[in-house]
Amino acid sequence: MATENQTEIRSAVDIVTARQRGRALALELGFNGADVTLIAAAISEVARNIVDHAKSGEIVMGSVATTQNGGRTGIQIIARDQGPGIRDVAQAMQYGYSTRKGLGVGLPGAKWLMDEFDIASEAGRGTTITMKKWKR
Amino acid sequence: MQVPILKQGGYLIASIQSVLSDSDLVQLRDNLGERVGSYRSRGVIIDVTVLDVIDSFATRTLRAIAHMLKLRGAETVIVGIQPDVAFAMVQLGLTLEGVGTALDLEEGLAYLDEKTKRAPVNGN
Ligand SMILES: Nc1ncnc2c1ncn2[C@@H]1O[C@H](COP(=O)(O)OP(=O)(O)OP(=O)(O)O)[C@@H](O)[C@H]1O
Ligand SMILES: [Mg+2]
Repeated sequence: MATENQTEIRSAVDIVTARQRGRALALELGFNGADVTLIAAAISEVARNIVDHAKSGEIVMGSVATTQNGGRTGIQIIARDQGPGIRDVAQAMQYGYSTRKGLGVGLPGAKWLMDEFDIASEAGRGTTITMKKWKR
Repeated sequence: MQVPILKQGGYLIASIQSVLSDSDLVQLRDNLGERVGSYRSRGVIIDVTVLDVIDSFATRTLRAIAHMLKLRGAETVIVGIQPDVAFAMVQLGLTLEGVGTALDLEEGLAYLDEKTKRAPVNGN
């Protein structure tokens, strides 16, 4: 990754910071306004999950490139924590599923907003979400 | 960053001035609940024009504010959701179910006038 930055997520104000950095980076990478907002919204959801469900963690974002499909560039966002992890990832990814009276929108929503979404989680060890969006 | 709340006639107007943190939203909810009581307001406009993102938390809070104010006898209308923000909300599967929305302040006022119109006494 060429441009990269890391944001510690410990409280709700850090969510705003991560979102603003994501927005700035996406603009710098040449995403259009609508995509910039989608990326910021996805960051907001995964960052909030760190605060809500894992207490603390970090978000690392940077540019990515692939040679597939004639070569594309985009943004990659990694959200990771050493929180309690998710026992049943498939269930957590379901729209409307929440262990705390939330809307259960965060995880499936973030997946819809981005082009690629990968979640690795182990109970007792933590969660790492890697998501990408490609420039159109 | 506190959200200023203005009184205009029988309504309250809360204009969000900058990106809000979660505690600001909770504070806004508490302040509005209090003022609706002290001013006996029948309608509240929340202007979110400057919000860059309305995520699941903000949606949940805005809905909760509207429902709480309804129980206090006031209608709520959210105005100024930007096109990109609205698009992201749709992609996230977020809805403001049960909450009034309008394009801008002017339309928000018209919405409240309509909503808070008292039924005619003798039916004509
Ligand atoms: N980083 C995480 N660590 C541990 N558990 C998580 C994490 N992220 C999500 N989860 C679990 O997955 C569930 C679904 O997450 P999702 O974001 O979709 O909904 P929510 O956070 O409960 O509500 P909403 O995001 O709509 O406010 C959560 O209720 C929680 O149990
Ligand atoms: Mg969530």
